[in-house]
Order: sequence, then C-alpha cells, then structure tokens
Amino acid sequence: MPLLKPDPTFYPSPRLAMLAPPEKYAFVAALNPPDSTLNDALLVIDVDPQSRTYGQRVGEVKMPEFGDELHHFGWNACSSALCPYAPHPHVERRYLVVPGLRSSRIHIIDTKPDPRKPEIVKVIEPEEVFARTNYSRPHTIHCGPEGIYVSALGAPNGDGPGGIFMLDCETFEVLGQWEVNRGPQFLQYDFWWHLGFDTLLSSEWGTPNMIENGLQPDLLLGGKYGHQMHVWDLRRRRHLQALDLGKEQQMVLEMRPAHDPRKAYGFVGVVVSLKDLSASVWLWHRNNGAWDVKKVIEIPAEPADPEKLPPMLKDFKAVPPLVSDIDLSLDDRFLYVSCWGTGEFLQYDVSDPFNPKKTGSVRIGGIANRTPHPKKRAQPLAGGPQMVEVSRDGKRIYFTNSLYAAWDEQFYPDGVGSWMVKLDADPQGGMTFDENFFVESTDYRVHQIRLEGGDSSSDSFCFP
Amino acid sequence: MSALWPWLAVFGLGLFHGINPAMGWLFAVALGLQEQKRAAVFRALPPMVLGHALSIAIIIAAVLVARVNVPHDTLKIAAAAILFAFGFYRLLRSRHPNWVGMRVGFGDLTIWSFIMASAHGAGLMLVPFFLGSPAAGDAHHHESAFANFSAPSLLTASVAVHTLGYLLMTALIAIVVYEKLGVVILRRAWFNVDLVWMLALMITGAFIILL
Repeated sequence: MPLLKPDPTFYPSPRLAMLAPPEKYAFVAALNPPDSTLNDALLVIDVDPQSRTYGQRVGEVKMPEFGDELHHFGWNACSSALCPYAPHPHVERRYLVVPGLRSSRIHIIDTKPDPRKPEIVKVIEPEEVFARTNYSRPHTIHCGPEGIYVSALGAPNGDGPGGIFMLDCETFEVLGQWEVNRGPQFLQYDFWWHLGFDTLLSSEWGTPNMIENGLQPDLLLGGKYGHQMHVWDLRRRRHLQALDLGKEQQMVLEMRPAHDPRKAYGFVGVVVSLKDLSASVWLWHRNNGAWDVKKVIEIPAEPADPEKLPPMLKDFKAVPPLVSDIDLSLDDRFLYVSCWGTGEFLQYDVSDPFNPKKTGSVRIGGIANRTPHPKKRAQPLAGGPQMVEVSRDGKRIYFTNSLYAAWDEQFYPDGVGSWMVKLDADPQGGMTFDENFFVESTDYRVHQIRLEGGDSSSDSFCFP
Repeated sequence: MSALWPWLAVFGLGLFHGINPAMGWLFAVALGLQEQKRAAVFRALPPMVLGHALSIAIIIAAVLVARVNVPHDTLKIAAAAILFAFGFYRLLRSRHPNWVGMRVGFGDLTIWSFIMASAHGAGLMLVPFFLGSPAAGDAHHHESAFANFSAPSLLTASVAVHTLGYLLMTALIAIVVYEKLGVVILRRAWFNVDLVWMLALMITGAFIILL
C-alpha cells in the first residue's frame, strides 16, 4: 500500500538528510570463504550505543542457495523518489536488494516490521537475469528516478560487455538492459550519477573471467584491467565520453559524486599504479560542457620485509596501498579512503575538491603491519580497511575487512579473518576508534554495510 | 449566481490541480534551486501552463464532440465508467510516468506537464460540467451557464478559466516554497494527493450517474 505521507527516511536534500536521527542497525553482507559449505547471509548488527547488545550480531537471514558471494547491495527506494520530474514519494524504503556476485541470484529482503528479523520475500534466479538482460554478476545497486539500477560485471558466459540493468522498484521485475547506446564501453564496475546534470558515470574493473579465479598477474602487468571511466546521458541512456586515466592506472573502482546536485564533480578510487604500486583518487569535473578527470590524491606503496609478504608481492619488497573503497560525507566535505593493502584508513577534507587535505589517519590490519584493534591490543589482525560506510550525520564511520573471496586468499594467504569496526569522526576533522565496537566473526567474511534509514552512499538528491 | 457556479467550479479545480506537487510547482522550485535563480522558477511556469491546458482541452473537446453525436444517457454512463475505472486503476497501481530529467527546456517542460496532467486524469475531473443536459436551456439546470456558448467558445473560455486557477496556485506555492518555506516542507506536508485525487475521480464518476 502506498503511504499517506512521504517515507520519513526520504530527504529532499543532503543538507536535510544530515539531520536524520542516528541509525540503530547496520545490515552487513556476509559471505563464506571458498572452501566453506555454508550458505551466505545478511547480518544485522546493533549499532545503538544505548543498547545492551551494542556491537553484537542481533539478526541474520540465510540465503536459500549455496555459493552466492554476497557483495554489494542497496535499497528499493530512497530520497531520489522526491525528484520533481518523477515524484513517487509514497513508496517505502523497506526492501534490500541483495545480489550474489558469483551466482547472479538476486534476493529481495524485507526489513520491516522488525529490522532484527529480515525476511527474504522474493528471489530472482540467475536464469531470469541472463535471459532478460544478457548480463551477469550483478554488483552495485542504486535507487534512482526510474527505478532500481543494477550494474553487472559481464555477460552470462563471463566475458564482456558488462553494463547496467533495471528492476521495477515495486514488483522487482527484471526490466532489461539500461543502455540504449554503449559506445566503446566494455568493462563495468561501479556507477552513480549527478541528478542535477542528467549525467551517469560508470567505472571499470574486469570481466568475470578476468577476476573470478583471482587477480591475474599477466593481465595486470599488461594493463588489461579497467583504467577508464565513462560519462553517460542519464536521460537518453547514451554514452557520451570515455575518460582514460592511463593504462598504468589499474582498476578504477568506487565512484562518489558530490551529493549536492548543483556540484558537477566527484571522486573515483584507483587500486594500483603499475609504475610504482601507488594507489590514487581522481577527481572528475565538468569543464566547459565536457568532463575531465585529474589525479588529486596519490598514496605511495610502503617498503616491507619480503618475509612478511605473500608470494605475489615478495619481489617488490613493498606493500601497495590497494585503495578498494572510498566514501564521501553528505556535506561533500570529508572523503574517506580505505587502503586494504597497507591497513591504513584515511580522511581528507575535500572542501576544495582540487586540493584535498589529509585530516586523519588510523591503522588496522594490513598485509605487513597486522595492526590490532584497541579493544584487543594483543591480537594481530589480517585483512584491512575495506568497505566503508559513513552515517548520514557524518559522525560515525563503519568499515569491514574482506575484499573478494578469491583475492583475499592471494593477499592474505594465511587467512583474511573477519571483522567490522567503527570510528567516531570529529566534525572539524580527525577520527578515532570506538574501543567498544569490534565485531568479529568466525563463520562469515563481511563485506558491504548498509545503515538503517540510509547512509552516505545509498541516497541521491534532486534539491540542494 | 447559478450562472456563475460552473465557472467557479472549473476555476476551483484549476486551483486544486495546482496544489498537487506532481503538477508542476515542485519542479519549478527544483529548477530555481538548481540554477540558484528565482527567475528560473518563473521561467518554468509558461510551458507548464501550456502542457496542462493542452491536456484538459483535449478531454473537454472530446466531450463536446461526443455530446453532439452520442445520446445523452449513453454519454453519461460512458463518462462515469471511464472516470470510475481510471480512478480505480490508479488507486490500485499508483505508478508515475517517468520522463525527462533536470536539464529541461520549454519543449521538455510542456510535454512533461502534458503527460503529468493526462496521466493523473486532470481533464477527466472536468467532464461532468460539459456533458450538457437533455433539455438544454432549462433554467433550473446548472449547466445553463454553459448552454449559451457555442462549443468552440466554451472550450476556449473554460480552458482559460481552469488554467488561470492552475497557474495562480502553482505560482503561489512555488514562490512561497522557494522563498520562505524551503523543501523541508515536503517531508511534512506532501500528503498522498494522489489518493484524494483518485477518490475524487471515482466520486465524480458516481456523481455523473446521479445527476
């Protein structure tokens, strides 16, 4: 049934969304290591500091089939439902759309009436995704003006092209490919948009065949993984422009456009440079009607004792930072950067997007360092800062430690472990660990986090 | 007085249509905020008025043509059935048309407004006033004010009166929200106008039968 007033978690602008009440629950994608026989699950973590079960797992819903590899997920509807040209504000933010990255199966999970007891209400089988879209390996989910948009890494046979397809936001019917004209685009990873400019942007990882058996060193050294981003006309669904970051910039992943719809810029992370193993963050921006991209942050590799390095890195005698995720606070002020290799987590003030200023850094895990969490100072940790989520008010930062099952084994061969942590962010810059929040897990690896009611990468806005 | 009231009703429905955020004021506010110019709010109004006027003109014209050729009772039943079915369908399936984006010109906005008005059945709500009566010129009957007009002048005048109401309300809300209230008002005040709207259509349908 449609609601009588707009869903209270919809906000017209990012500025208003920052006034939202603090989240009480976090939903976390949980997957099983490759040799496991358990099904994946969606976990519910209590993030209310007033609660007796703060920092504990309080709910869990198991997936019906084995081997999904849950990864990213998103809401059926969000603040973009208030957009004036296609308003539908009386739908509910209620269902999580949770794809299996390996299985291509998509689960629709109801988070009401009790967020501690989510329930699977619909399963879209892989065959249906293949038949209706000619895509597979669904990845990023965004709720947008025309429904639910899903990126997919490749074709059903594991080659390219990858792209974007649509789901109906009420019936969850698979509607088909989004693109009308894809131009030269072939690889796909993340996407998001500037609603104020009718522009969609997409990034590049690799086809399923290039990633599912682990990172392929020959492909990497040959510069075969993605090194471009693409600009699209969101309204006409046409490719407009390819922006090449350079062949040595391998794996262009998470995209974080400014939340203010009047601002035409955003940030994208690059995992590794073939030149010196550094990682980087690039700024895309509109320049005289066309789009341009420029490196604004470079994070160097850290020298390390080869004894501490996995076989793949021994010869380099260094740990690459491996920037795997970034996130931007709703006021477009702070950019958070996960360095999964070195175990560093960085905060930059990007008020001037062309000149980010480093304002905070913490360390946890890391290939060579194995930095412990303050709650258990004697326990070295594997894995590193990875999927990051920022609360709507910008005060709480959560992140998990696993990347992608087959790649976890290559960089952390003695086991990647499984943990989720929280930081408290100072509104003026700087951040510290919440010593009471350290969620470890022995049965699952944890990946993307979504916060109850929305977070800094779930909603998009048509009003400033 | 009885000569005036159908005109007031047609004008009043224009005001009512203007209240609905999906009929244009919200889009005008968004365009003003995006460009950070009040002028952009006003610039959005003429194409929206044009699109709305076209949408209701088509319905009114269709009724005026039909009433020449179709027996009155048949027309009444058909009109009631259409209104009732449309309202019921939209009540069950509250979907909205998706069209255009935020970078829009005059043509885009005109078509957008036309589509929104048509998809919401804006013109249908006016149908009862144009069905005419079997005894045209009957002084007791409330269509009497309209009976003195030729079809083309009735069409022109009623579209103008209705659209004036629509324009006044759209402009008023748009400028008050843009200048004073801000879009935070959406969270509190955006009632599901569609529900009221669709019920209004169904009641209008029932009303035609009883007329």
